[in-house]
Amino acid sequence: MNIFIYIAVMALTTYLIRLLPMTIFRTQITNRFVRSFLYYVPYACLAAMTFPAMVHDTDHLLSAILGSIAACVLAYFKKSLIVVAASTCAVVLVTELAYTLI
Amino acid sequence: MNKKLFIKGLRDGLPIALGYLAVSFGFGTLAASSGISAFEATLISLTNLTSAGQFAGLSVIVESQALWQMVLTQLVINSRYFLMGLSLSQKIGKHASLPARFAMAFVNTDEIFATAMSVYHPLTPIYMAGLGLLPIVGWTSGTLLGALAGNLLPTTVGTALGVAIYGMFIAVFIPKAREEKPVLAVVLAALVCSFAFYYIPLLNSISSGLSVVICTVIASVLGALLFPIKDEQSEESEVAAQ
Repeated sequence: MNIFIYIAVMALTTYLIRLLPMTIFRTQITNRFVRSFLYYVPYACLAAMTFPAMVHDTDHLLSAILGSIAACVLAYFKKSLIVVAASTCAVVLVTELAYTLI
Repeated sequence: MNKKLFIKGLRDGLPIALGYLAVSFGFGTLAASSGISAFEATLISLTNLTSAGQFAGLSVIVESQALWQMVLTQLVINSRYFLMGLSLSQKIGKHASLPARFAMAFVNTDEIFATAMSVYHPLTPIYMAGLGLLPIVGWTSGTLLGALAGNLLPTTVGTALGVAIYGMFIAVFIPKAREEKPVLAVVLAALVCSFAFYYIPLLNSISSGLSVVICTVIASVLGALLFPIKDEQSEESEVAAQ
């Protein structure tokens, strides 16, 4: 199948998911439960997407574990997004390189 | 005031854009090694502006799966944007016109959403335009660079760049969990659930996209039941905004 059809379907689906809540739900939600639920969604979602998937995304388990520890510590001390992301990559890179040398 | 908010948006968007540059470089590398052209890979990033969804969509394309599978994959993996869009829509309030909403919906990524929700001034379209601009440029150009240069890099470097996205996710939820105990509880609940779906037999046969959705809903419902947000919280931020 033509790859551009895939790309169009993919982009349209993703955009509609983003567009509908921004255009249809235009009145304030007053229900406390719903508002609380929506408040927690992004943090729950990002946490679930990160672990344990990250630990299995490198060639060696140890590099991912060290990388996630570095990321968590730096994030805990409120380092910026780019510092956390770059340090995670650096730790994984160094550990993976160490394995190739051993 | 408008100009100030636009520049503040640009400034807030810069670190996101730099992070995206690294992550999308990894996406470009992966796409090129899967036989996708640099132009096609760049087009995917420009039109989708999403991380997990694109990685999953790429495998649908490479494996020549049916179109309905593409729709289902995106619906499941990106369903969180629907929930985030609801929150964003609440925060925007009556500030935005319909065309502005069409534009703001396009830039509703995990990181832009988290940043937009944490600002104390009103979420105006002009601020969102500034906030969204550089991440779009970073995400798209990083993909192009990765697709062009990816094959020249050793695989170890590709692996290391691949974890950048997780670093970005961690940078969003860990500081918030440190600040607010209820968020910490929700994050821990999501992690317990996520580990269960990964390692427990039968549960681990469910696709990773779907398990993320299930864990998100379970943890957020628990949070909403046990720690409902205070009504004053939103009123205070509105007063502070004025």
